[in-house]
Amino acid sequence: MSEATMVAAPPVADPSLPYNDTVAGAVVGTWADDTDQALFVAPDKLLALLTHLRDAEQYDLLSSVTCVDYSAYKGKARAGISERFDVVYHLYSTKKGGGPVRLHVRVPDGDTVPSATGVYPGANLQEREVYDLFGITFEGHPNLRRVLTWEGFNGHPLRKDWQEAYFDEETKPFKNRHPAGSYQWHEDKLPWGDNNTYPAGWDPDSWEAPVSYVPVSQAPHRGFGELDTQSIVINLGPHHPSTHGVFRMLTRMEGETILALEPEMGYLHRNHEKIGERNTWLMNMPFTDRLDYINSMSNNLGYALAVEKLLDIEVPERAQYIRVIMAELTRIINHTWSIGFILNDLGALQTPALYAIEEREMILDLFEEVSGARLMCNYMRFGGVVRDLTPGWEERAKYLVHDRLPRALDQLDELLSGNEIVKARGRGVGYLSAQDLIALSVTGPMIRAAGVPYDIRKAEPYCIYDRFDFDIPTLAESDIYARYYIRLLEARESVKILQQALRDLPPGQINAYASATLSQGFGTIMGGKGGYTFRPVEGEAYARVEAPKGELGYYIVSDNKTNAYRYHVRSPSYINLNALGPMSVGYKIADAVVILGAIDIVLGEVDR
Amino acid sequence: MESTMVTDFKDIKQEQMQEFLHDSIQVPDDLQSNVMVTTLDKVYNWSRKSSMWPLLFGLACCAIEMIATAASRYDLARFGMEVMRPSPRQSDLMIVSGTVTKKMAPAIVRIYNQMAEPRYVLAMGACATGGGPFKEGYSVVSGIDKYIPVDVYVPGCPPTPEALIYGLLKLHEKVERQSITTVPWYRKGANEAIPVPVLGPDIFDPRKVQIIKEQTLGAAAAAKGPAVSKARLQPQPMAEDAKARIRAAQAKYRAQKQPA
Repeated sequence: MSEATMVAAPPVADPSLPYNDTVAGAVVGTWADDTDQALFVAPDKLLALLTHLRDAEQYDLLSSVTCVDYSAYKGKARAGISERFDVVYHLYSTKKGGGPVRLHVRVPDGDTVPSATGVYPGANLQEREVYDLFGITFEGHPNLRRVLTWEGFNGHPLRKDWQEAYFDEETKPFKNRHPAGSYQWHEDKLPWGDNNTYPAGWDPDSWEAPVSYVPVSQAPHRGFGELDTQSIVINLGPHHPSTHGVFRMLTRMEGETILALEPEMGYLHRNHEKIGERNTWLMNMPFTDRLDYINSMSNNLGYALAVEKLLDIEVPERAQYIRVIMAELTRIINHTWSIGFILNDLGALQTPALYAIEEREMILDLFEEVSGARLMCNYMRFGGVVRDLTPGWEERAKYLVHDRLPRALDQLDELLSGNEIVKARGRGVGYLSAQDLIALSVTGPMIRAAGVPYDIRKAEPYCIYDRFDFDIPTLAESDIYARYYIRLLEARESVKILQQALRDLPPGQINAYASATLSQGFGTIMGGKGGYTFRPVEGEAYARVEAPKGELGYYIVSDNKTNAYRYHVRSPSYINLNALGPMSVGYKIADAVVILGAIDIVLGEVDR
Repeated sequence: MESTMVTDFKDIKQEQMQEFLHDSIQVPDDLQSNVMVTTLDKVYNWSRKSSMWPLLFGLACCAIEMIATAASRYDLARFGMEVMRPSPRQSDLMIVSGTVTKKMAPAIVRIYNQMAEPRYVLAMGACATGGGPFKEGYSVVSGIDKYIPVDVYVPGCPPTPEALIYGLLKLHEKVERQSITTVPWYRKGANEAIPVPVLGPDIFDPRKVQIIKEQTLGAAAAAKGPAVSKARLQPQPMAEDAKARIRAAQAKYRAQKQPA
């Protein structure tokens, strides 16, 4: 620990540090270089501090748990960190709103960290992810198994010394390809011609996969009074039409009633974060498109905001408006799509989805016009957007938001909301109380359907959302029907924002740099060598947006290099799955399919 | 007015039937409205390509575009393909729509093995074709053709619905060129199941166990099993006579394809 960055841990609690008056000795220091409140916490006092923050300070939402491996850190300000790993917690308050409390627990390799699941049950999946990718053991975690890779996987891939089979160099652009343009097929480098590595001394003939303890196999068994019935385990997925992609559910059932349900994922784990740490900052932008591939624009926006926080650049007015317009259009896409597929899961096969996709195509046409791609827009840039709106775009968008979309939403409402089957299957199914949902770190439409008016656009406004007049609709029921209906209401609010944004859209620049070309743009300004290689200041930033599925956060650590040192995505789909098990218990297996549909996950974002 | 419409309709029908009629056997004029002569191949292929049911199977982003292709704007029903079957046993075509990860690869191979012949595979998008933007990732398979044979590759990230339809039409062309006398699924012993890859410390193909052993255990320890020569591990240039054979076959194919 260097003295420049950290106040040395005193033998008695330093009263000048926050929270030390109530939980003595919990906070042992702060980063010197941070704007947000970032506190070092002693591992043994972590749970006491978390309990205090939750109960007395109203920080009821554990938003993000992640880890940084500082073993290869090259920056100056944080150099000389003795502990290798830094587990980072972000806490928010759904009651107060505002910014986070950021806690750092720093541990050397091999040490354990107390599990936060006892205080915040929502830490469950995130701690499993940290265990999987970094190999940090959380003491007291009820179910610490691999989650994105599989049991028996060799090593922990996000450690800085772990190298993939196709490893070239630590960071891009790779010198063996750029600028000379020479290449060698990765397949030719390895004898088996595949993207695989095997540890030395491993014998495939005698390999037996380790058996992992899956909680549903141990779920309590209840008989039917005198009748002694047997419960069975049913596996849904990873190839199953109801799971919205490659997702797997293990259910223990008695008859048709679910006794326990355990989600299994990782079937679309595409190493977003490992690749993101090799990429230059700008190279990550198209990768964010592929996280939640229904809403590429909001993913772009979140990442741009996070990097802009480090770069400290002002985004011009016109670009701000364009960003809001794009983000709200994706919200409408997502909500109509998700309504269509909730109905699909309810058995209304295809017809409502066809109505929803029709509207989506209209919006995709607008996206294609400005960005060149229907799905993977790659449209936002640090400091603005990449291209201005095309001539006539505004008129077409106005026709949509004033005329076509309100009608389409009314039509969906009219056709579906009063439907007997939707009511019978949706009302009272999948209930979970608002307190439980928040404790499970659920965000987005799910908690608003439980009566919690928590929306980051209002709670901690970003971009220019504070200028628009819109409401946060809430419903009290917290069942499938409410989750369906809240999406319709939110889409209507988005239409309202869009109408105002298109009315007020000013002329002007679309990027903070007069010339948006890469060679003269931010590259030279930020002290890089040109083009895509700018260097943000050293430090860390966490930016979050209200993505259609919930809170989408990007946690980045920069060591003043042209690549991200740590790049983590707090994905709403993944963390909302915490609630799937508790929500499904006691309902029928057919309901579990709809409960999953109403959480609205996208596997690209779940598995990253 | 009415009569011309009917004759027009008959002309169109005649025109459409031309491609299915037999090349050389001529039907006498007075029988033409009742009798038509064609070949078994043409009927067989026409019926197969006109109702090729895809597997309801989405992996990643490309699946969204696949759904869009099946939806009302692009309307896959025009090609008799709107019936997506959730069961591999009822489907003819597997559209591998998205990134194939190592964790998912065993499931995909198993599903492929469960499909009944004739079966086709379309690799949709850059990831299914060769790993795409995620190729360098540690848990991504560089293309589904490492495990199962692919008939059509559709590039794009993701391919637009138009591109997917173009790929499907190319597949229809391929089906039309097949002959019932030579198709592999009526031959003896042609339907061997593909060995399902196993998830070890990293995924491994049971067919490559020997190569892996040589690397991890050293050549001496691996020699206990069937020996694989070191030379086989290096990429081999194609022999000249093999190249000549391929060129001759290509020329022959092109000559046949020219219209008479």
